[in-house]
Amino acid sequence: MKKRLFKTFLFLVVVLTLVCMSMVTQAATVTLNMYYPVAVGGPITKTIDGMIAEFERENPDIKVNAVYAGNYDDTRVKALAALKANQPVQLSVLFSIDVFELMEQDAIVPFDEIATSPDDKKWIAGFYPSLMENSHAKGKTWGIPFQRSTIVMYYNKDAFREAGLDPEKPPATWAEMAAVAGKLTKKDASGNVTRWGVQIPSTGYPYWMFQALSMQNGEVLMNESGNKTYFDKPAVIEALQYWRDLAVKHKVMPEGTTDWGTLRQKFLEGATAMMWHTTGNLTAVRQDAKFNFGVSMLPAGKRRGSPTGGGNFYIFKKATPEERKASLKFIKFMTSPELTARWSIATGYVATRPDAYETATLKKYVAEFPAAAVARDQFKYATAEFSTYENARVKKFLDDALQNVLTGGKSAGDALKSAQDQAERILRNYR
Amino acid sequence: MKLPVQKTAHIYGWLFLLPAAVLMVAFTHYPVVAGIFASFYSTPKAGRLQRFVGLENYSSMIADPVFLQVLENNFIYALGVIPLSVTLALFMALLVNKKLPGRSIVRAAYFTPTILPMIAVANIWLFFYTPQIGLLDQIGSLFGMTSHTWLGDTQTALGCMMVLAIWKDAGFFMIFFLAALQAIPPELEEAALIEGAGRFYYFRRITLPLLMPTMLFVLVNATINSFKLVDHIFILTKGGPDNASSLLLYYIYEVAFGFWDTAYASTLTVVLLVILSLLAITQFTYIEKKVHYQ
Repeated sequence: MKKRLFKTFLFLVVVLTLVCMSMVTQAATVTLNMYYPVAVGGPITKTIDGMIAEFERENPDIKVNAVYAGNYDDTRVKALAALKANQPVQLSVLFSIDVFELMEQDAIVPFDEIATSPDDKKWIAGFYPSLMENSHAKGKTWGIPFQRSTIVMYYNKDAFREAGLDPEKPPATWAEMAAVAGKLTKKDASGNVTRWGVQIPSTGYPYWMFQALSMQNGEVLMNESGNKTYFDKPAVIEALQYWRDLAVKHKVMPEGTTDWGTLRQKFLEGATAMMWHTTGNLTAVRQDAKFNFGVSMLPAGKRRGSPTGGGNFYIFKKATPEERKASLKFIKFMTSPELTARWSIATGYVATRPDAYETATLKKYVAEFPAAAVARDQFKYATAEFSTYENARVKKFLDDALQNVLTGGKSAGDALKSAQDQAERILRNYR
Repeated sequence: MKLPVQKTAHIYGWLFLLPAAVLMVAFTHYPVVAGIFASFYSTPKAGRLQRFVGLENYSSMIADPVFLQVLENNFIYALGVIPLSVTLALFMALLVNKKLPGRSIVRAAYFTPTILPMIAVANIWLFFYTPQIGLLDQIGSLFGMTSHTWLGDTQTALGCMMVLAIWKDAGFFMIFFLAALQAIPPELEEAALIEGAGRFYYFRRITLPLLMPTMLFVLVNATINSFKLVDHIFILTKGGPDNASSLLLYYIYEVAFGFWDTAYASTLTVVLLVILSLLAITQFTYIEKKVHYQ
């Protein structure tokens, strides 16, 4: 009997030691789970994995699991669902415009609470101010810019030459763009269009493209507090009319909506001579284009303009203090000048910090490939991306209205007025 | 103490049922009841607690134009996909049931769409439908047809979804019909032919009635599929343009996980539930009367 008791005791001791040991090792290494989205072409996941491997080599006590989770909307859904199910997710790259939504879900913690040292503060101050616009809310900084972009115009220089246009002079105004696109639109003998003049994608992120158009017409779509929209302003309606006119009046863009995902392929195959797209696609286009192509700023209506776009790093409230610190370390590493430069070269996303453009790597790249600097130069005309309370829903009102008009439904005025009414019904609760 | 045999049998019976019953209650019955409850409450948000709102969710649902549109879309979708995919499946099954050269290859070819995951299939079809460079437009241009933005036109987007669904479902249903056809004894055909019955007469009076149990099964499945299978929408159109290709379940997903309006999503789910139960009840009571089980 005694012997048996002793055995049991011994067994318990062994088990307890094992448990303690595993707890100790757990404390020594912090594991971070991060969701991230991919919205552009090219081997993005491989690039991210490479950067993480480098971070882990330098910081053996932190392990980062990066989970690729679809496009921006999919990733937000997955991250929030994981949080609600108490799955461990400490940080994530999410849409810069999800900030109000994430605040309201009480999911994220402001960087002001974590990045407290003077060095940290200097780091935060080092990003382009126009990229930080979407990070600020209620006087705090909630997101750190990572994969950020503006919209630029890609154009096929060979097609320009063929149509007797100067390939070094891309259209700079709305009127010029419509005229140039008319010359670039090519038809075969039976009158079928074989090459369109210009295409602006209208699925996936139609509101984003439209932000550029309405800003070029001198109007923004929402206020800074994210609780009022201006869809029914005359200049905004006019901007949508111009978009629709490109298809029905100028006949340089196909009628109906243009798919975001396949447009790059169409440009590469010469099915459209110009396209508006994110700079995030720059490297993918450069690698696959079998013709000379150029990149320019978007043409001006009353002025130039493009929204910024893309993803920010967020840290979730559920992360423990240790995990928050490790997350901050990781984010600082990923946004250091050298890595920012390399990330920008690998993808085409803009480098988020001026000091990244001072690195030897990026200086050399911009010198031999000036297109890489177009998006950066466009920053001075840039505005924050569309972001309001209940963003997904308000955005959908606008997206539906845009698609309705582009597919020949209502008039621009009617569609935008009803979208404004719908948005108003939701947003008045937040004033 | 010894229990009578009858009673032990009962206890054993219930014990055997218990695991399945627990799972059913936890993952089917409880969520249904919880969903119905949630549809009478508001969505909790930071700073605003959940409160009882009665039928408010339902009244705003009836006033929601998107809801009415996706409901209409879904009925058009079902009315197009179900008859066409089932007829096509039956036709294909009859074809490959015959002795024709390379029969196994044809069977495999018909069945291939079913093996592929819906997401993969949708990605393939995305490039079929892409204007100008897509397969559909390439073939069309050979016959002098003009290029068309198939998925970007409110008139054609839903039709494109339906074609894809029919293509994918028909092969799956074919397998059931084929199995049923193989089970029909060949003597029946011989006897019918000796009696002088024509091919069509034989099909109408003998094959079809014998296939009815399978037909019921396939119809129930096709109906459920047309309401619950929305994977392709994520890839092809995300419900656009302007909700033209959105279906009820996709809208529920959007409301629940895009807008995080869980109360309204529950309300929509209740509607879906009611529709599916009504359809199931009709099918099992009405059509079953016409089904002749052997």
